[in-house]
Amino acid sequence: MQDFQYCRPQTVAEAVAVLAEYKEGAQILAGGTDLVIRLRNGEIHPTAVIDLKRIAELRPGVRREDGCLVISATAVMADIERSEAVLRDFPALAEAASTVGSVQIRNRATVVGNICNASPAADTAPPLLVYDASAVAVSPGGTRRIHLNDFFVRSGQTTLQPGELVTGLEIPLPKRRLGAAYTRLTRRRGTDLASITLCCGVDEDGVTRLAYGSVGPRPVLVLDESGTLADPNAPDEAKTPILEQMLAGASPSPRSMRAGPEYRLAMLRVLGRRALGTAIERLAKGEAA
Amino acid sequence: MSDRFPIELTVNGRHYALEVAVHHTLLDVLRDDLGLTGTKECCVVGECGACTVIIDGRTVNSCLVLAVEADGSEILTVEGLATAGRLSPLQQAFLDTGAAQCGFCIPGQLISAHALLARNPHPTPEDIHEALAGNLCRCAGYEQITEAVLAAAEEVGR
Repeated sequence: MQDFQYCRPQTVAEAVAVLAEYKEGAQILAGGTDLVIRLRNGEIHPTAVIDLKRIAELRPGVRREDGCLVISATAVMADIERSEAVLRDFPALAEAASTVGSVQIRNRATVVGNICNASPAADTAPPLLVYDASAVAVSPGGTRRIHLNDFFVRSGQTTLQPGELVTGLEIPLPKRRLGAAYTRLTRRRGTDLASITLCCGVDEDGVTRLAYGSVGPRPVLVLDESGTLADPNAPDEAKTPILEQMLAGASPSPRSMRAGPEYRLAMLRVLGRRALGTAIERLAKGEAA
Repeated sequence: MSDRFPIELTVNGRHYALEVAVHHTLLDVLRDDLGLTGTKECCVVGECGACTVIIDGRTVNSCLVLAVEADGSEILTVEGLATAGRLSPLQQAFLDTGAAQCGFCIPGQLISAHALLARNPHPTPEDIHEALAGNLCRCAGYEQITEAVLAAAEEVGR
């Protein structure tokens, strides 16, 4: 591994200042489960590596703030799987976090890192899109919030500007009751990247939010506001054309080694229906409680 | 000349003050600087679990952690499982059930199983499969490994 300057800022302001100093020469280190591999493989040659883990403002990793749940840049997947606040209001995010890698990876990998690396297969992207999350980006110029649907561009590329640091994600606390379900397709159980990663949410006003990834250059979010998909009594003939249209944003690569495009598209329909069914059930169960 | 950084670690109860190269992983430092070669280097991409150690109560792949990141933390490696020259009940169970075949993955398996039993003293086989999913055994001794963890849980619970 090539040498670099190791920086350990104590505050967000200090981290942003160091980032401004090194600009594109800097890499942000949170969990390191992607970064250390890329460093070792010689894919990146940063002059500085900025470690966020000693920044007191980023703790606790999961907290409530101004009508939002905030997931800071240091919160790891294991924190999310076990967080009572996440399990109560955003259970599909906890489900997604619990599928990432292995115990060792989940003890280290952060949700914010998962989002910032912008892998099309990012497991936490679909539930975060369904739950309407935004990234909080801090730079010397100030702070801006980027809705995740405006954040992803393509594999490894986001709308984050040079000098901007993502300090966390904000998820608005639900104003309407919502049932949501996460599901994924892998080649094997256990440590594997998703061939499809998908989340479906249905709210009490009949709006269905569907997000899916690993079937195109970036995760996709689509909505059905007609109420048909969310209706447990609507016939299949009514639902199928809507679902087909919602899944039309998928364009899986023919070059992927994990699964062929035909298989992915066929399974996307299966997973979409399954998650929709579970989301409807969960919304109904919420009513009974 | 590579950039060096002073760090302090407590490894298996023993305190160390070291200067490490910033681009060296915790695995490098454990093996090369401290001579603790029980922790194995294998895939170096966080998939096989041979380098698993416990940092502040949580298992990690030490090949994916820079040594500087571990500054100030408490680390448990496979060398720390035995006490006063006696194998831990978990290690003994691995021996008794024949869970160690070629042995290369065993330090990582032991550390993951140790962490599991610390948080869940009465695991089901499913709990064990999930907890050890990040530890590959190419001899495919998984059944004996699961059996060993169950036996150790019973032994400790007795």
